[in-house]
Amino acid sequence: MAVSVDEAVATGPARDRTPSARRLGGRGRSVLEVVLLTVLAVVMLFPVLWMIETSIKENRDVYAIPAKFFNFTVTMDHFKDVFVAPGGGRSALSVAFLNSVLVAGVSTALATVLGVPAAWAYSRFSVKAKKDQLFFILSTRFMPPVVVVIPIFLMYRQVGLIDSKLGLILIYAAFNVPFTIWMMKGFVDEVPAEYEDAAMLDGYTRMQAFWRFTLPLLLPGIAATAVFALIFSWNEFVFAIFLTSSDGVRTAPPAIAGLIGGTTVDWGLVAAASLVFALPVLIFAYLVRKHLVAGVTLGAVRR
Amino acid sequence: MGTVAVEGLRKSFGKVQALDGVTLDVPDGSFFVVLGPSGAGKTTTLRAIAGLEKLDAGSVHLDGRDATGDPPAARDLAMVFQSYALYPRLTAYENIASPLRARRSSSSEIAAAVERMSSLLHIERLLQRRPSQMSGGEMQRVALARALVRRPRAFLMDEPLTNLDLKLRVEMRTELTRIHRSLGGTFVYVTNDQVEALSMADQVAVIKEGKVQQVGTPTEVYERPANQWVAGFVGSPPISLLACRAEGDRLIGEGWTLPRPRWTTAEDGRPLMLGLRAEDLSVEQRGDASLPGELYGLEPLGDRTVVDVRVGTEILKVKARPSVTGTPGERLHVTVDLDRAHLFDAGTGLALSEAGR
Repeated sequence: MAVSVDEAVATGPARDRTPSARRLGGRGRSVLEVVLLTVLAVVMLFPVLWMIETSIKENRDVYAIPAKFFNFTVTMDHFKDVFVAPGGGRSALSVAFLNSVLVAGVSTALATVLGVPAAWAYSRFSVKAKKDQLFFILSTRFMPPVVVVIPIFLMYRQVGLIDSKLGLILIYAAFNVPFTIWMMKGFVDEVPAEYEDAAMLDGYTRMQAFWRFTLPLLLPGIAATAVFALIFSWNEFVFAIFLTSSDGVRTAPPAIAGLIGGTTVDWGLVAAASLVFALPVLIFAYLVRKHLVAGVTLGAVRR
Repeated sequence: MGTVAVEGLRKSFGKVQALDGVTLDVPDGSFFVVLGPSGAGKTTTLRAIAGLEKLDAGSVHLDGRDATGDPPAARDLAMVFQSYALYPRLTAYENIASPLRARRSSSSEIAAAVERMSSLLHIERLLQRRPSQMSGGEMQRVALARALVRRPRAFLMDEPLTNLDLKLRVEMRTELTRIHRSLGGTFVYVTNDQVEALSMADQVAVIKEGKVQQVGTPTEVYERPANQWVAGFVGSPPISLLACRAEGDRLIGEGWTLPRPRWTTAEDGRPLMLGLRAEDLSVEQRGDASLPGELYGLEPLGDRTVVDVRVGTEILKVKARPSVTGTPGERLHVTVDLDRAHLFDAGTGLALSEAGR
């Protein structure tokens, strides 16, 4: 029986919770559960809370010993410094954020545009040595970036892509295409090929059949895949720091890292910049959380 | 016009030879049923006609024109899928309209055609629903409407009734025959249900392991099966088969003899299989053509009872009145209507030529 995404999401947690609450035996146990979870949450989230606090403290409060948890003056100066340069005008950090948006956005779009049709082709057609090809595609992800960054640095220097946004976009897209193909192939496999068969008999071409009937069913999967690709590109540090150097090209991760290491470190600015940096990914993940957990089998096919 | 002719279709999936030289000739306007067990290559044949399957060899001619390499859209066919394959995001109305939209019909034409189809198939109240809000039977009707909404060269149907419950299946059988009569058009209908084949078809092609075994009217296939396998596959309860050989004017089996049927041409001593249908046997003794056996079991089916009789080492299925009684092990004689018996070569399984019948 096909279950819609909404139903699956609605019934999922309830089904999971009921038996465990029962097994643990009523109210007392669930209080214990809450306490344990709270302790765990505090431990896990303390660095984040501390970062938030630091970002709104005056600099002298940041360095105060003993540390001030509550009795400090709230200021938004650090956030202002993230975006505005000391002498007025755009700060280097704000340029870095824009670069990050551009590089992550374009590389994700590129990976999606290339990866989704490829995944469809691998799912639908009999391709020679399909398994070997798919393994080869995946194998490009086996090596950590730091292993390949030197050869890529040399290649980029030869072709003039060093210290350019295009260079970063291409390398991120190259890293995201295999991931997109693998993840999307799973989603395409879930959509029965018969919709396309039926559409072709209706009189559509194969591409029209894909575009009109399969693609809409893949949108949740594409959203989930794109978010993962976006998070990778957004967070990527190694390539960014090796392949770019000028302020106009740098993305946010190396730019924020660059704040640490002078004679004095402006921790308030580091904290504020990190928060601004973390926010978009959190919002994105929240928006597509439904699709991150649910499949796309909203079919009308009896199996 | 709407003839479909396929010749020498061959297709393998890995090591499995799905089609092994299938040749069929579907006349214009006929209800042509392709019958066979699952895995026989029926669906692959249909998909080859539709252009959904790339063939290893063979040709597909539509209306006499070679369409072997044509994409599905260019073939002007309609198909009902076993899974129905209704577009999940579209309403029934839009599903039915889809073939017309693909061919850029005007919206007034579409509205008229959808309305005509929905009244023919009694699905007016479903038009605004999506597939997830329909039952299996309702989806089946909508899928049928989507296929019938145009007048293509031929309608291809891939086991459209298999996923329905028995009552609905019987109902739709009659309905499909009615639709074929009222709309005309060529139907190529694939099924593994021999009752569907016998009750609906003008012509039946029986297919097994990618090879056509016999093509003929339902009566021909039932009354004169081309080989032992067709005889066993078509008919319920299945035909009973007894090993024997001809000797002079007798047929000699293990522990029994029968007068040799006048019509058989088999030479003496050749190993044969005698095929006897349940309705051509009787547990009431009359005449001299009878087999000695013992009662093995009774299957009461309401309107009749199938009596299992052991003759030698074989079990014979005999159709009898529902009132028949007996205890297992009881000795009895089975009377044989030899004029309706079938003889097959035990080696090749082919039916013996039936000169003079």
